[in-house]
Amino acid sequence: MEDQPTQLNFDFDTVKPEIFAESHDVLKLQLGEFAGPLDLLLFLIKQEQANIFDIPIAKITDEYLRYVRLMEGLDITVAGDFLVMAATLIEIKSKMLLPQEKSDEALEEIEDPRKELVEQLLEHQKFKNAAEMLWTRATVEQAVFPRGKIETDDNNGEINATVFDLLNVFQKVVARMKEEIQYEIEREEMSLAEMLTFLRETIAKKKSLNLNEFFGQLRSKRELVLAFLATLELVKETVIKLIQEAVFGDIIAKSA
Amino acid sequence: MKAKEKKDTAATTEETGKTYDTPAPSQRSMSEVCALCEALIYVSEEPISVKLLADVLNEDKLTIRAAVEKLAGEYESRNGGLQLREVAGGWQLATKAEYHEEIRAYLKSRPNAKLSLASLETLAVIAYKQPVTVPEILEIRGVQSATSIKTLLDRNLIVAKGRKDTVGRPMQYGTSKDFLLQFGLNDVSELPSIEDFEDLST
Repeated sequence: MEDQPTQLNFDFDTVKPEIFAESHDVLKLQLGEFAGPLDLLLFLIKQEQANIFDIPIAKITDEYLRYVRLMEGLDITVAGDFLVMAATLIEIKSKMLLPQEKSDEALEEIEDPRKELVEQLLEHQKFKNAAEMLWTRATVEQAVFPRGKIETDDNNGEINATVFDLLNVFQKVVARMKEEIQYEIEREEMSLAEMLTFLRETIAKKKSLNLNEFFGQLRSKRELVLAFLATLELVKETVIKLIQEAVFGDIIAKSA
Repeated sequence: MKAKEKKDTAATTEETGKTYDTPAPSQRSMSEVCALCEALIYVSEEPISVKLLADVLNEDKLTIRAAVEKLAGEYESRNGGLQLREVAGGWQLATKAEYHEEIRAYLKSRPNAKLSLASLETLAVIAYKQPVTVPEILEIRGVQSATSIKTLLDRNLIVAKGRKDTVGRPMQYGTSKDFLLQFGLNDVSELPSIEDFEDLST
């Protein structure tokens, strides 16, 4: 069976805390959204094998405080929520210790001080279980595959580039070249035949070539002109096709 | 089968805003309607609704529904590798879950990153309580959910659904269509009742 979701109970072994640096030497851990006071309570109730409808409040409160101190001792930043819950538990505990006031007239039941907490816990538990159900659904759904995309005009993002698009690119590169200070180095000039071979081989190897980038890397105006002519020649021979992914986008040469 | 009204040849639908050039319906046989639905469902990238099928084919919705359900039955009894199912409000052809291993091997694909537990819990709260505000989520989960909510928004699983008409006018959230698709649901009502999740062991 595929890997189970991370533990639904508060468990130091599987807690995924966030580490944030507090100061130079001290690293502090934060539980973040992973587990909160309600999760801790549910964990403790399970651990004590207690009945959620009749929580042994004194025992649970003691355990809860013990864990809070444990977390602080481990440099786990205890969020304010945990402390609020600690206070709540202590309050409930004291209420349960107080002798119940008996009124001669009142026959109504005194509300159990634990009631609100229990309702909150039950609600919380339901959603944890529901979360597990969602996890299972998503797992099954990931095993189901619909048909893949069919190429249509709408989702075929490529447009055939025209000679004039190419000319545009050419113009921009030339303009940019004029701005850059080029060192004139004496070297052999490339011929058109050599450029053609070079372009053919590059595209054969890489399958697709971004012409904007390619032109941009050329070092002299002569090489640029040769590259331009070579590109047109290869298009004419239907060795390559020119594609633009968006209007005025980069032109890509692909093996035809 | 009841006689169909003569409709205009070009049917427009609000759903896509497109106009479809379909010839006026001759009295198509049921098997032909079934075949056409099957072809369109196959070609459609997203689940396709009965209404849209009806518009495109210039048939009435009852006919289409009957055709699609008949088709679904045929796929089921055929016991093949494909299933025809209703998801996110439309019909879709998809592979059966039991063959995912071989399919993944062929596609050389890996499952998408799963959601964290915190995000799943937040999603559960939103799915069952929608529309719901952040403070309301906090009350149920008992922890802050800002990170989870951001993750869920990024994955397009939840969407903002207006503001609540109370003090502070807080934003409300609900699940999206993508949520239905990713969890294999036809509609949010398909989720089991939250009361079913009461843990009897506690």
